[in-house]
Amino acid sequence: MPKDTGIGASSKRREDVRFLTGNGRYTDDINIYGQTYVHFLRSDVAHGRITSIDTSAAESMPGVVRVFTGKDFEGIGGLPCGWLVTDKHGQPMKEPAHPVLAQGKVRHVGDPIAAVVAESLAEARDAAEAIMVDIEELPAVVDMKKALESGASKVHDDLADNLCFDWGFVEENREAVDNAIANSAHVTTLELVNNRLVANPMEPRVAVGEYNRSDDMSTLHTTSQNPHVIRLLMGAFVLGIPEHKLRVVAPDVGGGFGTKIFHYAEEAFCTFASRQVQRPVKWTSTRSEAFMSDAQGRDHVTKIELGLDADNNFTALRCLTYANMGAYLSTFASCTPTWLHGTLLAGNYKTPLIYTNVKAVFTNTVPVDAYRGAGRPEATFQIERVIDKAARELGVDPIKLRRQNFITEFPYATPVAVEYDTGDYVATMDKLEEIADIAGFAARRAESEKNGKLRGLGVNCYIEACGIAPSKLVGQLGARAGLYDAATVRVNATGSISVMVGAHSHGQGHETAFPQVVAEMLGIPEDQIDIVHGDTSKIPFGMGTYGSRSLAVCGSAMVRATEKIINKAKKIAAHLMEASEADIELKNGQFTVAGTDKSVAWGDVTLAAYVPHNYPLEDIEPGLEETAFYDPSNFTYPSGAYCCELELDPETGKVTIERFSAADDFGNIINPMIVSGQVHGGIAQGIGQALLENCAYDPETGQLLSASYMDYAMPRADDVPFYAVDHSCQTPCTHNPLGVKGCGEAGAIGSPPAVINAVLDALNSGGHKVEHINMPATPSRVWAAMQG
Amino acid sequence: MYAFEVERPTSIADAVAALGREDAQALGGGQTLIPTLKQRLASPSVLVSLTGIAEMQGIRTDDAGLLCIGGGSRHGVVAKEVAANYPGLAGLAAHIGDPAVRNRGTIGGSLANNDPSACYPAAALASKATIVTNTREIAADDFFQGMFTTALEEGEIITEVKFPVPQASCYIKFEQPASRFALVGVFVAKFADGVRVAVTGASNNGVFRWTEAEAALASNFSPSALEGLSASADDMIADLHGSAAYRAHLVGVLTKRAVAAAK
Repeated sequence: MPKDTGIGASSKRREDVRFLTGNGRYTDDINIYGQTYVHFLRSDVAHGRITSIDTSAAESMPGVVRVFTGKDFEGIGGLPCGWLVTDKHGQPMKEPAHPVLAQGKVRHVGDPIAAVVAESLAEARDAAEAIMVDIEELPAVVDMKKALESGASKVHDDLADNLCFDWGFVEENREAVDNAIANSAHVTTLELVNNRLVANPMEPRVAVGEYNRSDDMSTLHTTSQNPHVIRLLMGAFVLGIPEHKLRVVAPDVGGGFGTKIFHYAEEAFCTFASRQVQRPVKWTSTRSEAFMSDAQGRDHVTKIELGLDADNNFTALRCLTYANMGAYLSTFASCTPTWLHGTLLAGNYKTPLIYTNVKAVFTNTVPVDAYRGAGRPEATFQIERVIDKAARELGVDPIKLRRQNFITEFPYATPVAVEYDTGDYVATMDKLEEIADIAGFAARRAESEKNGKLRGLGVNCYIEACGIAPSKLVGQLGARAGLYDAATVRVNATGSISVMVGAHSHGQGHETAFPQVVAEMLGIPEDQIDIVHGDTSKIPFGMGTYGSRSLAVCGSAMVRATEKIINKAKKIAAHLMEASEADIELKNGQFTVAGTDKSVAWGDVTLAAYVPHNYPLEDIEPGLEETAFYDPSNFTYPSGAYCCELELDPETGKVTIERFSAADDFGNIINPMIVSGQVHGGIAQGIGQALLENCAYDPETGQLLSASYMDYAMPRADDVPFYAVDHSCQTPCTHNPLGVKGCGEAGAIGSPPAVINAVLDALNSGGHKVEHINMPATPSRVWAAMQG
Repeated sequence: MYAFEVERPTSIADAVAALGREDAQALGGGQTLIPTLKQRLASPSVLVSLTGIAEMQGIRTDDAGLLCIGGGSRHGVVAKEVAANYPGLAGLAAHIGDPAVRNRGTIGGSLANNDPSACYPAAALASKATIVTNTREIAADDFFQGMFTTALEEGEIITEVKFPVPQASCYIKFEQPASRFALVGVFVAKFADGVRVAVTGASNNGVFRWTEAEAALASNFSPSALEGLSASADDMIADLHGSAAYRAHLVGVLTKRAVAAAK
């Protein structure tokens, strides 16, 4: 019978009560006495030199408090990049300045040029229109390969060219890979694009900066996935405010998907300007601004080659990827196409030799950074597409080809520097074949064909590295921060508990799932436990939420802190019952002495900790509060197998997904309902990438063509089917105390190749010899592919 | 949005007077105009709301048997009230935008705006409708004059649209994936004296009649009559969502489907 509380229970998401009744408190709900509003004047050209800015008319407009330009930020730091990538020649990546407001040049449509702080938003907007800016337009570089041609217009004048870095991994394997490919019985080659995406969280970004002269304290309220990271980056690198004088608060946040990890110019601006004008400064992004200022995702152009021997065993994999950085290096832009991508290129397969070359390129487009999956979807798409193409070329069953090459023994050290601790790829594929009813596909195809439709079935596997990340390892790889996390368990006198966690919940359901763990450990009701997150003044520390890390890393810190609580509580209980500490057991919220009928309740012990009249003060301190920091010893490796089944209308090229099945191995699971929801959302985003979403720039002018929902297609409810998801295959993680692996990104990683593989299966079943189709596979693209 | 005044006349005469003010702009359901204002792409000094005018509401059949729809009628109302009388038109209205759009947007507003991807212009043109304004009656064939351009004079208001009801009709829309406006929409209307085929979404010149298809269907109202016929891609829209050739191809496919489904 399913549990109704604690680990494994599908406890209802308690945070949804406030979200669904309109009682969430988001950053835009924060309004502070004396608040001003900022409107940013943004570049409407992709590339140009600012020859003059005249703000005099704007300054005299009604309600204007102050107008800022790049000049006001001279001598102030730029936005930093958090990861140093070293290229294949041992040289550091190029790190051009990323000013808060443009200095001298604008480098993408939406680049902020000036900011008007006014009494009202309308007055700020009116005044911004009165700012006279002269821009000498320069040729825009949009296409990455053209950006690397000699003579191309340079995004950053002080760099030699538009190449940020040229990374080889594993460089020592390069020759061996070349030889293995040359000597393979069969080589499958595929060129593909991983399309650029706009994250589009439901809540656009907001920042409210506030300065208190009396204690010299700055507070930034912001839509962030990681308030401590923002405090670190903005305080130390941009504004020079020490940690104890800077508080960052991220209250309810309406979705992040990666794009709210990064430190943005608007956050630094509002904090800086609130000190300058001595009043709170608020910025609320419009949806249009989000399209041109939120970091975008993906945008890789790749050539991949898979070598196979005469028995169809994979011999080697060689990849060349051009990764778009956009105009500036966003916070984690450099690690996404490298360490979050190259290390995953083994996939689920025992390919002995792998080499990838990644050229990161500056272009006159919005910066690109991590987006749900970050590097891992790009790796998965390449591997799973090239395997499908190989199967078609060789005339073998694509599932059989995958099974034949599965890694089956764990731990497994890949040729790309990571070691998978556990997994069972055969089990998830078996489960997938069952829930997707692959055996019944032929009959369903026949039925579709009777109705004049083509039917396709696509399968893929995925592996991801989550639980980011072992600090020592990532430090060696160039990370400029540790990637541990922290939790404080504060037990109150009456036994209720507040857990202050470094992870930030913006849709993941931490407020429900985290208490389930503590409730299980202590044997007390979940509703006695609350989670506190999102405020640097309340939580001990935290690196935030991304990379499916919250439970695996921060949850582990919470477990460690709770273990400390239990140890101390046992000492108190032993004292109260005059027993030996070694004999104390904690079960169902009762402390007992083994072999006796003595017991004290959880609440008696916690009360004793705070009213220490009968208490071992000579041995332990009063109070019951413990903190733990947890640094993982390895990544976690969730994996799975996905299947998409769709119908294709050969007259229009329109694809309709009929069935979608996902068999995942997330290790142990705390709340199955939340896990299913995470997978559902991830698949919807993956289907969005595969069929609908396309962030497109004009190749000549760099104008954003898909700048609103009129042209950027988000998946709607009727674009996705009911999903069959299963997470009963569980190989627990071996190195964290919960045995959990993380589930937040799996759906978005595992679904795009299944969709495209299914589209190609449908086309080929209709006699259309199409080898590949780039995402999104829109009706017009599918139709064009059918025309040959 | 810039500041503006709002007038809410209750009669056509008052509306016409209000529209005489400098930089006045008529406001129907606001489904295009309000987003335009929010983006500060227009700056009228006064908005004259036409939704409070009783004379422009209501749907009736006149003595000549024409279906007369008040210019201020919302899409949702049309979808419901003409379902029995003119199912092709009702089906079109029922699939414009989403429920919020259908409960605000009006037929007069849609026709006056003449968005090249809007649905109603195809219905008006295929039905040989008459657009009635405060000053005159305009045949649909004369009304649509290219993308966002109509025969309306400054300050002229669409008060009613009169539709001859065809023997059989159908509108089929292939949605642009993002906006869900018509990437191509085809309205087929079969009358006793011939067939009219109007195409929206496809052409740089806005809604147009596919006269070759009309001729072929006049003698044989079946999809097979369209075999071998293809619309020219010459003046078709090419954008992120489809090439000119793709749109031209869809015109053929959708026309066949509309003929097959017409009732």
